[in-house]
Amino acid sequence: MGKRENNVRMDSIMNKAISVSKLSKCFNGISAVDGISFEVEEAELFGFLGPNGAGKTTTINILCGLMNPTSGEARVNGFDVMSSPTEVRKSIGIIFQDPSLDERLTAHENLNFHGMIYHLPPKIRKARIDEVLNMVGLYSKKHNIVRTFSGGMKRRLEIARGLMHRPKVLFLDEPTIGLDPQTRQYIWDYILTLSEMEKITVFLTTHYMDEAEICQRVAIMDHGKIVDIDMPDTLKNKYRVSSLNEVFLHVTGREIREGESHGKERLGVFLRARHKMR
Amino acid sequence: MDFDAIHMIWVRDITRHFRDKVRLLGSISRPVMWLLIMGTGLRATFSIPGVSYSHFIFPGIIAMNLIFAAMISTISIIWDREFGFLREILVAPIPRSSIVIGKALSGSTVAFIEGLFVLAFAPFIKINLSVAALFLLLPLMFLVAFVCTSLGIVIAARMTSFEGFGVISNFIIMPMFFLSGAVFPIDNLPHWVNYVIRMNPLTYGVDLLRWASLGINTFPLYINFLFLLSFASVMLMIGIFEFTKRD
Repeated sequence: MGKRENNVRMDSIMNKAISVSKLSKCFNGISAVDGISFEVEEAELFGFLGPNGAGKTTTINILCGLMNPTSGEARVNGFDVMSSPTEVRKSIGIIFQDPSLDERLTAHENLNFHGMIYHLPPKIRKARIDEVLNMVGLYSKKHNIVRTFSGGMKRRLEIARGLMHRPKVLFLDEPTIGLDPQTRQYIWDYILTLSEMEKITVFLTTHYMDEAEICQRVAIMDHGKIVDIDMPDTLKNKYRVSSLNEVFLHVTGREIREGESHGKERLGVFLRARHKMR
Repeated sequence: MDFDAIHMIWVRDITRHFRDKVRLLGSISRPVMWLLIMGTGLRATFSIPGVSYSHFIFPGIIAMNLIFAAMISTISIIWDREFGFLREILVAPIPRSSIVIGKALSGSTVAFIEGLFVLAFAPFIKINLSVAALFLLLPLMFLVAFVCTSLGIVIAARMTSFEGFGVISNFIIMPMFFLSGAVFPIDNLPHWVNYVIRMNPLTYGVDLLRWASLGINTFPLYINFLFLLSFASVMLMIGIFEFTKRD
């Protein structure tokens, strides 16, 4: 009987877009992620909130196989991130918090190279490039060097690239940071339409609480732990406040974090930690 | 082996290389300086039986352009890490070994092309290369370029800053070049130098290039090939290991 229950449990894990269990990650004895567990349903729009340095980006790095966890388990689309990273990578798309385009190349070249390493055949590649460029409104700029693009255009191009191989799960790590309201609106309309049409699971980290309100469920992370996880409205009722912003301040406190808010700085910290470990 | 990934990395690096016009200047000015200035200036002080000094250093200068270009090409790994593009490659569903091999091939190609610039100077110092010699020389140049690039990849994979790479590569490129027999003959040297020279892969590369262009060699050919091929394989394996490990 025990075995059967186990099978049922396995089935439910396999059907989740993401399932994380007792996941921990330590850097030099300091826990960045401290035994977190959660699940994300297929086609869900899931918000992952927390102050700077809470461990959000570390969690995403583990989920997309860029980092090994210290302990615990994580599955994406049913694949274990430790034992089958290639399968995991095939099924996900990521918009990183920091830019990851090759700025010396044209928009078209960036997308074409992306298509190559995701093994899209040339014909499909060509069709997809035109399709995603049209969707983010950059078709007319396709042969321009990315360095000449504005911040918003670069972001749109990254989103186009992340979607080009039709991922099942899309990780968005602060996708609209530093963008003007028009571009934010544009990107959000696009992501929402897409997640509805293509049944894509969206895993979002953001500091904009209005963006978090759109999510079906949000998890709030602080000091490496998940302090609460539920639907935005349920959370508001639970803490008897009127906005998600107040929920956030209520559960994570009002003090300002010594987080490494700047991308380069954080990368530096990561690389130094990595260097010391050797 | 993932040919799509190797192809992509190769095409991208070559595209980027040829967009950077300033780099071409360096690859032309180095051989001009060495061949025409040092080659003629030092001719009187060096006497090597049977061959003029400017002829003697010619294969050495090819090797110099190969090692410089190969090492510099691997800076792209640090560059990509700093500017985020490496993450785009690392999250793609491609094996790490293909990333390393792609980098090794693109670096070798770029270095090979810079080596060709030196070949173009052959008529100016009156070296007559037969078609047969040329056909021998070209694949050997690629081999030497490949060996140097694989070493550069191992260094760059462990480096976290441009400055660090500059210091390390100067600590490596200059001694490797001077202690390879590129600019002076390696027989009749003090014992300890001899030892260093024999550990230096470029020594065997220069020996092969000199054999193909002038018909002179210090070591048996099979020793040259054996050393270069084993060195490149070991470097590639370390490089793949560096890329495979996740924190």
